[in-house]
Amino acid sequence: MSNEAVIQPGVVVHEAHEHVGGHHHRETFITKYIFSQDHKMIAKQFLITGMVWAFIGGLMSVLFRIQLGYPEATLPWLEDIFGHWARGGKISPEFYYALGTMHGTILIFFVLTAGLSGTFANFLIPFQVGARDMASPFMNMLSYWFFVLASIVMMSSLFVQTGPAAGGWTVYPPLSALGDASIGSKTGMDLWLISMALFVVSQLLGGLNYVSTILNMRTRGMTMTRLPLTIWGLFFTAILGLLSFPVLLSGFILLLFDRHLGTSFYLSDIVIAGKILPNEGGSAILYQHLFWFLGHPEVYIIILPTMGIVSEVMSINARKPIFGYMAMVASLFAIAVLSFLVWAHHMFVTGMNPFLGSVFVLLTLLIAVPSSIKVFNWLTTLWRGNIRFTVGMLFSIGFVSTFISGGLTGIWVGNSTIDIHVHDTYFNIAHFHIVMGVSAFMGMFAGVYHWFPKMYGRYMNNTLGYIHFWITLVCAYVIFWPMHYEGLAGMPRRYYSYENWESFKQFVELNRVISFAAILSFLVQLLFIFNFFYSIFKGRKVTTKNPWNANTLEWTTPIRPGHGNWPGEIPEVHRWPYDYGKDGVDFIPQTEPVTKDESKH
Amino acid sequence: MIEMMSAQQKRIHPYKFNLWLGLAGIIMMFAGLTSAYIVKRSQPGWESFTMPAVFTYSTLVILVSSATIQVGLRAFKAHQMNRYRLFFAITILLGILFVVLQVSGFYQFEEKGMKMIGIGSNPAFSFVLAIAGLHVVHVLGGVVALVIIFFKAFSTRKRSYDSIPVEIVSTYWHFVDILWVYIFLFFHLLH
Repeated sequence: MSNEAVIQPGVVVHEAHEHVGGHHHRETFITKYIFSQDHKMIAKQFLITGMVWAFIGGLMSVLFRIQLGYPEATLPWLEDIFGHWARGGKISPEFYYALGTMHGTILIFFVLTAGLSGTFANFLIPFQVGARDMASPFMNMLSYWFFVLASIVMMSSLFVQTGPAAGGWTVYPPLSALGDASIGSKTGMDLWLISMALFVVSQLLGGLNYVSTILNMRTRGMTMTRLPLTIWGLFFTAILGLLSFPVLLSGFILLLFDRHLGTSFYLSDIVIAGKILPNEGGSAILYQHLFWFLGHPEVYIIILPTMGIVSEVMSINARKPIFGYMAMVASLFAIAVLSFLVWAHHMFVTGMNPFLGSVFVLLTLLIAVPSSIKVFNWLTTLWRGNIRFTVGMLFSIGFVSTFISGGLTGIWVGNSTIDIHVHDTYFNIAHFHIVMGVSAFMGMFAGVYHWFPKMYGRYMNNTLGYIHFWITLVCAYVIFWPMHYEGLAGMPRRYYSYENWESFKQFVELNRVISFAAILSFLVQLLFIFNFFYSIFKGRKVTTKNPWNANTLEWTTPIRPGHGNWPGEIPEVHRWPYDYGKDGVDFIPQTEPVTKDESKH
Repeated sequence: MIEMMSAQQKRIHPYKFNLWLGLAGIIMMFAGLTSAYIVKRSQPGWESFTMPAVFTYSTLVILVSSATIQVGLRAFKAHQMNRYRLFFAITILLGILFVVLQVSGFYQFEEKGMKMIGIGSNPAFSFVLAIAGLHVVHVLGGVVALVIIFFKAFSTRKRSYDSIPVEIVSTYWHFVDILWVYIFLFFHLLH
């Protein structure tokens, strides 16, 4: 199957490389911007939908940080907007739980899974492997529209009378299985499950395409070991998604059975409001196993693409080959394999055999090895580099910083002995937000700033970018660093208010600082959104094909590539993508043939 | 160009590859469910059961349908369109028969007092419904795909001898067949 035939099944193949731009099927507004099958447009659709979700999810965190930072304050405007959810200008407990649940769901699934790998897998895979489009552009379009469907259902759950799901983003039964248990387990919970099922379908359709494009559609000379690390990261991400999301779906199906068909997969011996339920023989732990079998690979689904992006951006802007390419690939592989063997470390305190627990401790701590290899390689890539501090580069360096700070506490919570103490406290919140939330956002921003010229043919504003970076980085640490202390002091997460605990009164001021930083960092993200949309229309125009002097194939396409990416034939690849500063030459694109007197690498 | 084409033809067709990856996803889903079943089985409150005979008949039906679809696929590749239509029609009917037999099997469970849903249901029987029911959904998906390509064969406007869609549907059909045999044996050996 040739690349041309994929995009234009009806067009006879031999004429495809004669017309410039690779597309002369008529494009209407609808086929170009809405039901587009062009991977570049689908990537932008994912990115912008993800940004809408990130705005909503971020706003939710601002709202619950208002409650946590200023528990005694009454803000009448809250009641004006949210009605009975904020009676008397105070966020109600039900609203608080719903906010926390939806913040987690939205940020983890809709922003950092769909928004992140949806954007960069779609945008970079065909470009960097040298393909005209994905293996199946139609399925790719379906993947996006299933994501939109999932988004609509999830969004609608925010507007039902009883509110959205409110049992935590992990929706553990029995709370989530019984509508009588809390108002957040009524209609909102059903919509949550339906939305997530649609989301899984979207992820699978996308993931199939990513893997099959990388394996089958590479251009001539593009061997697997000549792939940029971005592609390797996205490749392992897609495989993880393909293997773990179906398991999550099976857990959700059983949960739906329990909710609506009176089965007892997860339910046993429950008394609710003085009434004994007939359900017997179920096990709530079963759900946790099914959930975390996805849930743990999920954190790597979030972080692996950004590891790839950071490696690529860092090498380009340090003007040095990435240090230890094969070690980078091998450690991605090791992380991908280990991610399936550690899920039970989320369940140390939910009743596990201590011996089993120690096995999971060992496997969990093993992940530190490939992670440290990666950190070492990033630092050695920077070492004595000719660093260009572009905004993308700053965010890449920021990624390494937060990945180290968050990763170190991973060693703490990976040990069951310490985890039993800090489980479900702010220590844990701090750990996973820094290592997975902030780091993933850093990598995502690095990618957006770096590839924006390729996406829209214009640059984003640098000054706004620098302001965005520094305030985001400082705020991230001001928000999450103090949470470690709160967590070590035993302050539990998910609580509505800490006013009644003498031991947590010492943190009143600290919580206020955290809330202040959270609000500030949210405002600074608005600056980013402004910069993004302003630059699409008014940004400085890109005038050369290869503005960053990079080696990879996407920079050999025209400044504004049409559907099909390359006018004429797809270039052939002769070398790996990291020949920077080799033999005194600043950079050698992958399309340059190897000359005779070139040194080996 | 031709040289490039032949180089790429040695590789597997991307749609077929997508199918194989999709099957891997489906396998993971059923692996999740059956391992949940195994974990649950070792816990107290589990009720043992024997599968009603109707499931044996449905197994035979789906095995035969695998043979008929294979004959149909060969006929298609040999451009014997009448034979292809006949055998695909038979496969569709067998597929529908399979679904009917499965559903009647679920009713037999209920008739024997082994409640799958509602008050007094036991997770053991509920699992049979969840796993076999989910499999029925996958078979129905296959039937829909079969019907679509079956009607395409009658289209007079465009005559297509592209065997890729037919091959993909056949592979999927064999897959749901094997998947059912696995589930069937699984329920027989671990009940």
